[in-house]
Amino acid sequence: MNRLIYILPLLLFAGLAAYFATPILQGKNPHTLPSAMIDKPAPLRPLEPLLSSKPGLGPTSLTGDVQLVNFFASWCGPCRVEHPLLMQIAAAKTVPLYGVNYKDAPEAAVNWLAQLGDPFERIGRDGDGRTGIEWGVYGLPETYVVDRAGRIQYRHVGPLSRQTFEETIMPLVNRLREQNE
Amino acid sequence: MIAELGHYALALALCVAVVQSTLPMIGAARNDTVLMRLAQPAATAQFLATVVAFGALTYGYVTSDFSIINVAQNSHSLKPMLYKVSGVWGNHEGSMILWVLILSLFGFAVAAFGNNLPPSLRARVLSVQGLIGVGFLGFILLTSNPFERLDPAPLDGNDLNPLLQDPGLAFHPPMLYLGYVGFSMAFSFAVAALIEGRVDPAWARWVRPWTLAAWTALTGGITLGSWWAYYELGWGGWWYWDPVENASFMPWLAGTALLHSAIVVEKRDALKSWTILLAIITFGLSLMGTFLVRSGVLTSVHTFAVDPERGLYILGLMSVAIGGALILYAIRAPSMKLGGMFQPVSREGGLVMNNLLLSVATATVFIGTLYPLFLDATTGQKVSVGPPFFNAAFVPVMMPVILLMAVGPLLAWKRGDLPGAMARLWTAALFSAAVAAFVWTQHAGTAFGSIIGFAFAGWLAGGTITEWAARIALFRQPLSVSLSRAVGLPRSAHGMTLAHLGLAIFICGAVADSYWREEVMVNAKPGETISIAGYDLTLESIQHSQGPNYQTETARLRVMRNGAEVTILSPERRFYPVQQMPTTEAAIHSTFLADLYAAIGDGHAKAGWTVWVWHNPLVPWIWAGCMFMVVGGLISLSDRRLRVGAPKRGQNLSSSETKGPESAAQPAGAD
Repeated sequence: MNRLIYILPLLLFAGLAAYFATPILQGKNPHTLPSAMIDKPAPLRPLEPLLSSKPGLGPTSLTGDVQLVNFFASWCGPCRVEHPLLMQIAAAKTVPLYGVNYKDAPEAAVNWLAQLGDPFERIGRDGDGRTGIEWGVYGLPETYVVDRAGRIQYRHVGPLSRQTFEETIMPLVNRLREQNE
Repeated sequence: MIAELGHYALALALCVAVVQSTLPMIGAARNDTVLMRLAQPAATAQFLATVVAFGALTYGYVTSDFSIINVAQNSHSLKPMLYKVSGVWGNHEGSMILWVLILSLFGFAVAAFGNNLPPSLRARVLSVQGLIGVGFLGFILLTSNPFERLDPAPLDGNDLNPLLQDPGLAFHPPMLYLGYVGFSMAFSFAVAALIEGRVDPAWARWVRPWTLAAWTALTGGITLGSWWAYYELGWGGWWYWDPVENASFMPWLAGTALLHSAIVVEKRDALKSWTILLAIITFGLSLMGTFLVRSGVLTSVHTFAVDPERGLYILGLMSVAIGGALILYAIRAPSMKLGGMFQPVSREGGLVMNNLLLSVATATVFIGTLYPLFLDATTGQKVSVGPPFFNAAFVPVMMPVILLMAVGPLLAWKRGDLPGAMARLWTAALFSAAVAAFVWTQHAGTAFGSIIGFAFAGWLAGGTITEWAARIALFRQPLSVSLSRAVGLPRSAHGMTLAHLGLAIFICGAVADSYWREEVMVNAKPGETISIAGYDLTLESIQHSQGPNYQTETARLRVMRNGAEVTILSPERRFYPVQQMPTTEAAIHSTFLADLYAAIGDGHAKAGWTVWVWHNPLVPWIWAGCMFMVVGGLISLSDRRLRVGAPKRGQNLSSSETKGPESAAQPAGAD
């Protein structure tokens, strides 16, 4: 019995190591965690607008064109890192960019956008994180590609890089646009 | 040519490390002095070879040799010299070279200054240290060679991430690594002791200075990182519970516990197997920090390029090092002689409580950092853990730590007198109440939490000063006597007082900033005025100019208070064309009591600029408190070194409360 106590740290560590190793051994890229939601309709309850000047998000806002949906919050450090890229995407107008403000104080989020610029066409407020849970968000920022029919086609976890955007996301967006035409 | 020389030196270091990790270990097992002695020249050679490799890479950066891929990817000919040098460790490959440089430096230090260690212990410590070196040198050579060439060489480099081009961050990684890698010493000593099957007070006397040095460096490194985040990221906060921040904070918490439990081993010859375990865990957490940052398992601002191969290697390394040590622990620790049983109310009892609580705190941060991943992996359920979790879970664990910190040092070893200690703490209670009352009068209607926070800080500061004053008999004896007592007090006592006071000061800063921060964000055109916390800031102009490798817009904000000019604040917004990335450079006017913090955002002449002003009360106290801890660590360290140099029994044990370890070494019997 007493010996067990001395073996316990080893057992705990073994569990931890196995747990760390699993995703790497399975060859998962942690930034493109497969989402259980792929090819399913994006669940969207009506989200009230964050800014009075811009519409929020509703069940029908995600149809019409292929779009990116970005989950962000003012308390999220990495969101700041990807923000300049979002601003450039918005300026280039290549693909509509919608924002979901996740578990954030509205004033903080408004100030945040005022300081860094607002790249979004629509921003919905997900104050209690309900929508985040339905989409399967686990760490901010996350970016989803949603097709014309409102189905989730791709999920990126973590700050978006220019490379991912140009080499993965835009080709996918263009492909989806052609498919549905 | 120089780069190839560096690569060669790395390979040489690996060969030497292989020798260092095997032969002395065999020598120690066979009691062969010649083989054991081999450890010293091997450690020295490994250090020198690593210096050459590090120097070669630095040379590549300083001369902007873009035929080296690593330099081309992370440097630029226009970059200021400081950042060319700091660029060496601003990337994955280079930072690993810095890692092994510091690792071999510590090995070298044992080789050079460890003459009074028992020869077999020294040989084994250096062997284990060499083994870690083998792991990391192999990692660099196999997966992350910084000396790889690029042909044809580009005309100019990709530049370093502009967020990292900053004086605070230039020195943050070296300090942090000194801390992380410094804990490898404690680890090597722990593993060597497990192999020897013996832990005695002399062992603890050796481990403590290394742990203290690592702890001091880590404290400094974390502070620099936090300070950098505060002024560079331009969003007014200083700690975000970001996974990578947590990755450095966990070894700090565990290291703090180790620092205290090693005292018990030294003074009471108890808590041995726990201290060994803690040494393994602390270094394990340091390795995990390295793993998390480089494997992409967690995402964060700090994450280096993600590479599954590297992640797997570091994980393998971690498994061998920590897993191996824990196997050894499982085999050897049960047979280790248990130390004396002790009273719960005693100095060692207090230190055990400290260890218990700090372990819980470490576990809290650990769970908060990994829980989202864990839950997702096991149940597929998604949660997000942010600052709210840590504030709710971590703070309550730390509160009893603060309470005990004032009491513990007042208790005697072996059998403490709790009522007596409490009676001596009435001044602390009074001080705490006075601080709380003062805060209440200054901030009428403030949240209850802030009052509690200050009361705790007051209690800690009061208790710490009471203990220090009692030791030098302040106010009870003439001042001259107190002064000479203060001079006679071991430096580690002064160090402890400073470090504990530092924490009290830190708490004031953290509490004030989280409860009383004010912020104003306006869209302003030149000539407009912003008012905050009694200050009036007038935006006078915005100027465009060109820096060495960036363009910048600088705002000129005239700060007035009661009609008198206080200062001019010049926040900047920079744009780095090579990396296509803007950064904000905040301008901070710091007084003893608060920071006035200004940043500018997007804007142009017609629409005006976004101007952002924070009034952050007592934030300077956060840095001051951390400085106190670092200085306390250094002062304590200067004492330790003397003691290690002359470890004669009882010679430096001046006060009556510290009984010689030999008198305390009565085992209560193994169960």
